[in-house]
Amino acid sequence: MSNEEYEAIVKKHKPTEQRILNIVKAFVIGGIIGIIGHFLLEFYTTSLAITSKEASTLVIISLILVASFFTALGFFDNWINFGRAGFFIPITGFAHAMTSACMEYRKEGLVTGIGSNIFKLTGTVILYGIVSAYLFGLIRFLLFGG
Amino acid sequence: MMTYLYAFLFSGLVCAIGQVILDNTRLTPGHITSLFVVLGAFLDIFNIYDRIVLWAGGGAMVPITSFGHLLIHGALVKARETGIMGLATGMFDLTASGITSAIIIAFFMTVIFKSKN
Repeated sequence: MSNEEYEAIVKKHKPTEQRILNIVKAFVIGGIIGIIGHFLLEFYTTSLAITSKEASTLVIISLILVASFFTALGFFDNWINFGRAGFFIPITGFAHAMTSACMEYRKEGLVTGIGSNIFKLTGTVILYGIVSAYLFGLIRFLLFGG
Repeated sequence: MMTYLYAFLFSGLVCAIGQVILDNTRLTPGHITSLFVVLGAFLDIFNIYDRIVLWAGGGAMVPITSFGHLLIHGALVKARETGIMGLATGMFDLTASGITSAIIIAFFMTVIFKSKN
């Protein structure tokens, strides 16, 4: 087999394998974050004696705190590059996007930097979340009465 | 104990679907997270996401789809009490804590820590 042939075969197979690996990584990392989420939910409900609704708020705050802290320390960007969707689909991605936008524009000042750009990456999630929740909520309210 | 398995499977599956979309289309992470929030809100028209939460527990709270679910859920609870205006007044009832803490934490982290690059 010549070098060209070999390289052609490598080229043909590499992207597919890379894609499968990416999907596996995203699945495992996302799944582990899901397990952590459920563990924290059970932990908060039992140790603080609160309802699961209140505990779910604490779970989300805990994950946001950890993701924001790791982003501020600088190594969460590498995690995102490694885990891709496994890290940016969970709420950790929301916190990372917000914190990294803040940090990126910090040198432009507190108002024109942080203030104007804090929602630069997460604004789209909030915007389409509200628009879709309002429209779907309206549909459900009119069809089923809430 | 089975809930842990379901939490893993559900959260993992959502992330894997996101990764498939990311690798095979030109959509950015911003597009994908927006799409998933819309999907989470959509699934609540028929109470589907509520059932997933019962089934996967904390695993259903973690993906960004739960943000859409919490938005529409808060809006509908208020709408049942106070009529159609409740859709607007109750929109942030359940997500306020998440958004507020994300903003406050992001702000103070930025003020305290210096950017590495």
